[in-house]
Amino acid sequence: MRTVQPRPLPMRLLRARPGGILPILAILAVLLVLVALRQPDFLAPPSLMSFLGRSAPVILLAAGQYFVIVSGEFDLSVGSLVTAQVVVAARLIDSDPSRTWPVVALLLVGGALVGLVNGLITTRLRVPSFITTLGMFLILVGAVYLWSDGAPKGGLSEEFRRYGRRAFEDVPVLGRVPYALLVLLVLVALAVLLMRSDFGRTLVAVGDNPRTAELSGVRVWRTRTIAFVLSGLAAAVAAILLGGYSGVSFQAGVGLEFGAITAVVLGGVALGGGRGSVVGAMLGALTLELLFALMNFYGVSGALRSTVQGAIILLAVAVSATRNASRQGET
Amino acid sequence: MSDPRPVPLLALRGIGKSFLGVRVLHGVDLDLAPGEVHAVVGENGAGKSTLMKIVSGAYAPDDGTVEFAGEARVFRGPRDAQRAGIGIIHQEFNLLPERTVAENVYLGHEPVRRGLVDRREMVRRTGQLLASIGETALPADTPVGRLGVAQQQVVEIAKALALDARLLIMDEPTAALADHEVELLYGLVRRLQERGIGLLYVSHRLTEVFDLSDRITVLKDGHRVDTLWTADTTAGELVRRMVGRELSHYYPDRAGPDDLGPVRLTVRDGGNRKLRGVDLELRAGEVLGVGGLQGSGRSALARALFGVAPFTSGAVTLDGAPVRLRSPRTAIRAGIAYVTEDRKGEGILARQSVLDNALLAGRAVFAARSGRTARTGRARELLAAVEVRAAGDDQEIRFLSGGNQQKVVLARWLALDPRILLFDEPTRGIDVGAKAAIHDLVRRLAREGAAVLMISSELPELLGMSDRIVVMRDGRIAGELPAGATEEQVVALAVDATRERVQ
Repeated sequence: MRTVQPRPLPMRLLRARPGGILPILAILAVLLVLVALRQPDFLAPPSLMSFLGRSAPVILLAAGQYFVIVSGEFDLSVGSLVTAQVVVAARLIDSDPSRTWPVVALLLVGGALVGLVNGLITTRLRVPSFITTLGMFLILVGAVYLWSDGAPKGGLSEEFRRYGRRAFEDVPVLGRVPYALLVLLVLVALAVLLMRSDFGRTLVAVGDNPRTAELSGVRVWRTRTIAFVLSGLAAAVAAILLGGYSGVSFQAGVGLEFGAITAVVLGGVALGGGRGSVVGAMLGALTLELLFALMNFYGVSGALRSTVQGAIILLAVAVSATRNASRQGET
Repeated sequence: MSDPRPVPLLALRGIGKSFLGVRVLHGVDLDLAPGEVHAVVGENGAGKSTLMKIVSGAYAPDDGTVEFAGEARVFRGPRDAQRAGIGIIHQEFNLLPERTVAENVYLGHEPVRRGLVDRREMVRRTGQLLASIGETALPADTPVGRLGVAQQQVVEIAKALALDARLLIMDEPTAALADHEVELLYGLVRRLQERGIGLLYVSHRLTEVFDLSDRITVLKDGHRVDTLWTADTTAGELVRRMVGRELSHYYPDRAGPDDLGPVRLTVRDGGNRKLRGVDLELRAGEVLGVGGLQGSGRSALARALFGVAPFTSGAVTLDGAPVRLRSPRTAIRAGIAYVTEDRKGEGILARQSVLDNALLAGRAVFAARSGRTARTGRARELLAAVEVRAAGDDQEIRFLSGGNQQKVVLARWLALDPRILLFDEPTRGIDVGAKAAIHDLVRRLAREGAAVLMISSELPELLGMSDRIVVMRDGRIAGELPAGATEEQVVALAVDATRERVQ
């Protein structure tokens, strides 16, 4: 018989428990080996750095989606939000460098605002988030077409674009370090700190059991609304990086919401909330991107991307559901 | 007692049933004659509903036999029992509100003509059926959702009769009815009796039991205590048979006169959807026990005080100052803690660690008050102080025993230094050892100056722990008893045995 005691940190990190990051690390390792076998050059610093920079928007979206999913909701609006942001930025900047920073600020505010609306409709009007954010998705798609008369107008300034496409060149050992990668690293650190804070722990608590949380004094609606705002902000940053990297089009954000959800699920986060880490979600996004790169190396058609994503979602959820079912007797 | 009539409609012989190794029914016998109203009474957890579910085919008995109409039967499910002629009217109705009376009555076996539902025939037959039980005022083509509760109950009964039920089980049929509607139900029961239908009548309300039944079977802790002729017994006698057992363990000493502090909390004429005219006073240093049957408003009282379902009328004061407890958060800020009876559903975060569970309320409500390190240290101390047994404080709480989970929940609240603690069934589903530990903790908290309100369905616990007991009935406080009251006194207040019998 012994009472509770903290265990040493390494044991806590490595213990294979549901929601831990061990499985996704294992999958990532396997993919890296397959890549190394087929295309060893890919793992050389310069191309690896470019790959990481390219993956930054998707990883950020996965982190944003993680906040929402772990609190027990969904955000389907991020893809169209990215598109809307890119198109709006191009029209407002209209290739005038002096407008860059005001527009960046506007995009961040806009992203937060869309998240706020999603959150309030879901929590205060009690519309299921699946429906709320699907509605927001459609509203944004329509609004952006209407506002731009069917074709993107204007253009992004070079200032704006450099975050998505430029890098520090001639860095020792690494070769080149994309700005996007630095942005990503800073935000990853912030996300990890956030999840270790009181707010982060409360967010997971809400996803685990909102009734318990409410009866312990948590303002569940407020916590979830903040999660949507964070997702909106993540979409805004992703839009800035993506706009810079791939330019302005109505296709800029298409399908990104499903990519983000797939990544989060792959990273061991339970749909319905209450389990999983933000690091796992981001590693899930990285793994997914690596998988697509690998498919490319092996000559698999890019058209299969969405099929692969769908299969991953189904498989990951089925695996975690059956694992949970077999554990039910343990309480 | 032997049955005077030759062939009983229903004969239960030696019915036994266990759930997860816990025996809830021990060799229960029961006879029911055609046209008889047979009441089944007992405390919460005496085994009444399990027995009824066995008769209606929802559960299969582990031991014993069910004989229906002279034949031994093994029902494979509720439908099987229904087909044999056994209907059950639950407390919660099973009706489709958007469909008409006739559609509900014939749901699943509609009269058919040329492959299509014959509506006219269905309405006609329903009308006949309703007329046969004297309910001519109920139109068969009205949507059920527009009917009152009493009329919906009639529809439920007609639904059973449409399946040629010869035995009807009524589970607390008057729980949802207003007083004048109860009279209507009496008439209906009499007409069913005249048709030769046997009725098993489960109720907490002794008035009805005496008004309606021919015989009464008393259950206690899964045993049949006795079966009595209603005409030969009294309410007092019945209550004596429902209670009475030995004390199973010792309880900590009660508060002495010196332990009692000032009045912490008062409620004047408090009311909401489930409570009426509640007056209450809670002093520092005392354990106030709250007794009553399930649904009597015990939990509603705790939930009103904690702001989950607040009082909508009346006034609450805390240490003399008026307060409005409109959410759990405001109640927590006012120094109130609430240990819920539904530990799994709203007490724990099943998939989070022991430590995260213990820190939940502190993080949410007083995030700015103390440093994170200090708070975590305090939580670890408290987990050790309440003697939680776990593999580590990072273990998920769902892997702990019920008793240890409850201790973690307690640690969560103790971290906030509450002045008032509300316990709703604090030892439900907890093993004996952990139970005693929680009893000691509750008493220790009171001795340190907390005001404790403790709801319990277990009479020995209620009597053993409380310095004072209030008993609730129908959303009101039915009466107050001092320490040293007997189980009979509590049950008498809870079931209203003191009320004069009608007639």
